[in-house]
Amino acid sequence: MTTEFGFGNYANYVFAGNGEIWQAIFITIGLWLLNFIPQILLSLLLAAWFTDIHCKLKGQGAYKVIMYMPNIITAATIAVLFYSLFDVHGSMTAVLRALGLCGENGILLHGWWSFGIIAFIQFWMWYGNTMIVLIAGIMGINPALYEAGMVDGATARQMFFKITVPLLKPILQFTMVTSAIGGLQMYDIPQLFNEGSPVINIAGANVLSTRTVVMLIKSYINAGAGQNYGRAAAYSVVLFIITLVVSMIFYKLTAEKN
Amino acid sequence: MISSKSKVSGTKIFRYVVCILLCILAIFPFYVLIINSTLPSNTIKQGIHMLPGTNFIANYKSLMLKSSMTSSVSLWRALFNSLIVTVPTTVLQVYFATLTAYGLTVYQFKGRDQAWAFIYAIMMIPTQVSIVGLIKVCDLTGMYGTYWPLIIPAMAAPTTVYFMKQYMASGLSVEIIEAARIDGSGEFQTFNTIALPLMKPAMATQAIFAFVASWNNLYTPSILLATERDLATMPMFIEGLKSNDKQRDYGEIYAGMFITVLPILVAYLLLSKYIVAGVALGGVKE
Repeated sequence: MTTEFGFGNYANYVFAGNGEIWQAIFITIGLWLLNFIPQILLSLLLAAWFTDIHCKLKGQGAYKVIMYMPNIITAATIAVLFYSLFDVHGSMTAVLRALGLCGENGILLHGWWSFGIIAFIQFWMWYGNTMIVLIAGIMGINPALYEAGMVDGATARQMFFKITVPLLKPILQFTMVTSAIGGLQMYDIPQLFNEGSPVINIAGANVLSTRTVVMLIKSYINAGAGQNYGRAAAYSVVLFIITLVVSMIFYKLTAEKN
Repeated sequence: MISSKSKVSGTKIFRYVVCILLCILAIFPFYVLIINSTLPSNTIKQGIHMLPGTNFIANYKSLMLKSSMTSSVSLWRALFNSLIVTVPTTVLQVYFATLTAYGLTVYQFKGRDQAWAFIYAIMMIPTQVSIVGLIKVCDLTGMYGTYWPLIIPAMAAPTTVYFMKQYMASGLSVEIIEAARIDGSGEFQTFNTIALPLMKPAMATQAIFAFVASWNNLYTPSILLATERDLATMPMFIEGLKSNDKQRDYGEIYAGMFITVLPILVAYLLLSKYIVAGVALGGVKE
């Protein structure tokens, strides 16, 4: 390592160069949005169902345990499992092929498909967690508010949007920020799907659809001809700044509440 | 009245159907994993099978043979390595987080709020961001390629401190600490014999999550242990399982995954009550 100090790494790799860091940021944020939006919607819906006093569902404990399960399993194992299922010779590929939904090469070399599957796995692993957090949040809301709503003749839908959602705001924000910070660091699952360089064409540029920021950083840490700690560190700082901005927005939002 | 009742039961049936479908979606991949681990590779390639075969032992043996022939870490060695890293990590993380939270709760000192704000801020900085610095530190101290840089940083676990502090605010009465002091108990002894036992439920929850996080970690070990094949942990073994050979033997891959998933599934089913309760507690922070 050299002891020279300067901003050359930023000038060469972040603001000039091939723009790979911006592409990786784009992919990382895209993967996060594609898993977080359906995740929060489904979790909110399930949380509303599980706390609905007019329509009590039996076996809630079992549903929670089962829906949370994927979250506790090693992400690397889950990634290899899904990869093996959708691989060229995978079991699911055979099914898709029999249904005429994919060609000989399977779907993982296709940019949008690999992108979509990674987002789906993240969604599938995390909605149970988010749901449990939201249920706990709803349970913490003063029941007197719902009683008052019922006396006033409010429907279940009105009570959900006028009482539950506004009072759940701090917890929704907490969920969003922890998910965003975690999502920005996404590594295990895309890393294990990163084979054969699937690309998405965005505005004329071919963007690697499975390469996140942390993967890019690690590619310059790995031993070999491409090793470049300066470049890895410069990209790390970019990631840190994005993480910081996200958390500061969160603090602003919660400070308004107080 | 009757129509509103039938409307409710219609809604109810719809909700049950959705919940059951989601449960199937959660279980199905693991079911396929278990079934495929008992089938020969050629059968797996043909599609999804619902019934198990008899090839598990053969898959397992060929997996063992392959790892003995190549220079990669063996399955059992990787599981053992993961245990060697995870157990001290969990113990240190929970103990020192509790100690830190105790210090911030029980003692009034100058700069306490600043210390707390600092810990709170660190919470937002993930390891992935500071990894290049960690490598440099490991190089300077000769800890690169050992388990130390995976275990020692666990002592500073801001999220665990945060949780323990929340818990102490309601679960630890300062009167008991005062009483112990009057009885002549030393400060450190008070913490170990009076405060720790009171914190047991919270510590157990945090221990589960610390264990899971360390056990499942792929990123940090795959960087800091990149040069040490024999020290590779379980997630690194899984990564190798996928990329080992181009002629993928699916039977081997699924058998390997099955053995690594089984202990987690069993532990989860035994502890699920505490885990689900712990997840709920983690969210209700404010």
